[in-house]
Parts: sequence; C-alpha cells; structure tokens
Amino acid sequence: MKIGVVTFPGSLDDADARRAVRLAGGEPVALWHDEHDLKGVDAVILPGGFSYGDYLRCGAIARFAPVMTEVVAAANGGLPVLGICNGFQILCESHLLPGALIRNDHRTFICRDQLLRVENVGTAWTNGYQAGQEIVIPLKNGEGGFVADDATLDRLEGEGRVVFRYVDVNPNGSLRDIAGITNERGNVVGLMPHPEHAIEELCGPGTDGLGFFTSALATLAGVA
Amino acid sequence: MPRVVVEVMPKPEILDPQGKAVHGALPRLGFDGILDVRQGKRFELEVTETDEATLAEVREIAATLLSNPVIEDFAVRIEGA
Repeated sequence: MKIGVVTFPGSLDDADARRAVRLAGGEPVALWHDEHDLKGVDAVILPGGFSYGDYLRCGAIARFAPVMTEVVAAANGGLPVLGICNGFQILCESHLLPGALIRNDHRTFICRDQLLRVENVGTAWTNGYQAGQEIVIPLKNGEGGFVADDATLDRLEGEGRVVFRYVDVNPNGSLRDIAGITNERGNVVGLMPHPEHAIEELCGPGTDGLGFFTSALATLAGVA
Repeated sequence: MPRVVVEVMPKPEILDPQGKAVHGALPRLGFDGILDVRQGKRFELEVTETDEATLAEVREIAATLLSNPVIEDFAVRIEGA
C-alpha cells in the first residue's frame, strides 16, 4: 500500500512521516507541492512544519499549491488523508475540515509529550485504537488553538467527529479541548500532535502513534 | 497607480493573543488608558482602475486568500477615496 507524503516549501516532518509509514509496513511515496500528481498513492499525509513560512496564515498559501487541487478532489472522493499540525492547518484552510487554528492562548510555542483520548475509532486513521484509549503523542506548535463557532463545535461533538481530545492539560487554548477532528465521511483526519514522532521506543515517548499508520494500512487492505 | 486597501481583523469573538500581548506591554511603557488592543493586517493592492469589476475581484481575493472567514472579517476600500 502506497501512502504519499507531501513536501511543501517549509515542511519539516515529511521525512519522519515517510519513515512512520515504512515502519508501519507501508510504502511511503514522496509527493511534491508543485506537481498535479498524486503518483497513484492510496492515501496522503500532509506533514508538519511551516509551509511557506507560515506567511499570511498557517496553511493559507499551501492550500493553493498545485498538489492540493488533487488532494482536495481525492479527499472528496474518499481517499484517506491525514493532516498533522501544519497539515491540519492546511486541511482547515482548504475547507476539508471545519474550524481554524489560531495562535496558542498563552502566546508561546509549546513542545511536550501530550496525553490524548481517542474518541472516534471509526476513521481511516484510528480504527486500530480502542474507543476511549489514552495515548501519548508529542505536541509542538505555536498556533494550535482550535476554534470554530458554537454551532460547528456542537455539530462536531453531536456527530462524533471529535477524534482526539487533550487530557489533563489543554496545551494551546483549543475550544472544548479538541486536538483533532474528522470530516463527515471519516476519511479526512487532522490533529495538532505528531503521531509520526511516537513510533519507536528509542526516540520519542513510546509507540502510541504507530496506530495511525497501521490503521490506514488496514483501511486500505479492507480489513479495518 | 490607484490603490485598494484590504483590512483584515480577527472576528470580535475570536481570541487575539497578539493584540493581548501588545495591550499587556502598554502599562510597562506608562500608557494606562488603553482598554483593549486588537491586531489585524492591512494589504495594499495596486490596480490599474478602481471600477466595480476590479473591486469585485479584490473582494474575492480578500475572501479566498487574504482572510479566513472562519476567524476573520475584512473590509475593502479605495485609498484616497
């Protein structure tokens, strides 16, 4: 199974995401922001970083990169898409996911091993977890405060589309402790924490993040 | 060249950490009378004409790229008009 990872100018964690795909048993494929080509991949990851220097708004310029035309069309067709950190910001700017990410309420960059609760295990990227399972995933962002109007938040909660919630500490002022959400279909997931940094015992707080990638591979294999 | 100005501001209900940081610095400078600060962005677009078609285009630019309607409002005006 091929999982593509897009590299934008300013992406940082594209290599880590490709490594995570490989360790999970998939075949990582590097995708380039300036090409209208998904190279026949079965799923796409938009990695973390600071695409286009975070100029204008995080993700605002990346949204209009040539590859995003293809990603948006494929996502609307059901292709599994995961947006991590800057990738989550790009998904919101692209309107594939509702809401937006703003500067952390405490105004400082934060980097910590973050406890999350998995609340939706029906998505393409979380079916390998147990409902209510708590996992530790590194978080590192300056603009990770999830905001949306009350009606949108109510709808997300009512439809079970809050996939991850921060536990113990709300690290960035996200409304209702929301760390990650999904679209109506469950194929597009975005979150601020970085599962690709929790795939090996040697580096990182554990292997709790590996399930994202094995979940996607299981979805693609039709066994999820 | 005529110029069209687009001003983008965070919506009133959206937290503005940058504005809060600026506001928090004012008392340290001895300015105690400012009740609140909100920080936005100003874009200056040079255009050949300021007819309605151009303004419509600028509004579309403002709505799709310069602002995010989820968290920001924008206003378009012709500079000097």
